[in-house]
Amino acid sequence: MIDARRRILLKGSLAAGAVGVAVGAGLLTPRIVLAAWPEAAFKAEAVDAALQSLLGSSSHEANDAIKIKAPDIAENGAVVPITVETDMAGIKSISIIAAGNATPLVAAFDMGENAVGFVSTRIKMAKTSDVIAVVKAGDNVYSAAKEVKVTIGGCGG
Amino acid sequence: MATGTIKVRAKATGGVTEVKALMTHPMETGLRKDKKTGELVPAHFIQEVTCTWKDQTVMAAHWGGTISTNPYLAFKFSGAQPGDEITLKWSDNKGDSDSETAAIS
Repeated sequence: MIDARRRILLKGSLAAGAVGVAVGAGLLTPRIVLAAWPEAAFKAEAVDAALQSLLGSSSHEANDAIKIKAPDIAENGAVVPITVETDMAGIKSISIIAAGNATPLVAAFDMGENAVGFVSTRIKMAKTSDVIAVVKAGDNVYSAAKEVKVTIGGCGG
Repeated sequence: MATGTIKVRAKATGGVTEVKALMTHPMETGLRKDKKTGELVPAHFIQEVTCTWKDQTVMAAHWGGTISTNPYLAFKFSGAQPGDEITLKWSDNKGDSDSETAAIS
């Protein structure tokens, strides 16, 4: 009797273990829409080349609906707080570019259906330059730029 | 797999949830030189950050090495209720990763 119970217990825990492994391996979680890391875009050394590679087009239209919150003067280029905010509808992605960096593309945020146009992060800047926020909304690409003066560059070297 | 590298908080106000996260990561660009040896420090940075809510990816970011060391990230999405859980996950260029789940307050 005791032996039979032990069998059942063992079977039960084995089954639970198998489900756990499946979840851990990502078999049961929904597949993420995220594409592979766009290496070419992040390695591009010019703003246009990075955008061309990332979004398939380097053209973008300046738009006042995009607000960039960044310091006018950043004393430490290693930590420059950047906030991009927009109330546009149908936002698909928000990309942040530091024009003066060796590789200008800093980050690309793909937004889900429920996204609100707001991202905030801290970036490294090598020297004084424009920070460009590129927003893809529907099929259109909009942008805004703000100059940040950098006292001490933050990309080492 | 790294553990305990993410601090994440989420707060819902007026139907919009703001997620704030701090990650612990060196974020080496691969361009910096070690001051003692003069050798380049190899690139080591977070490449992907994703946030899921109820089986939905609400935000998926690709990062380069020019995000600051110990990255901070904040973003917003709508539709979630207080008490819902969100999961934030990062993975870096060396194949390391970590994830953290938090309940929305």
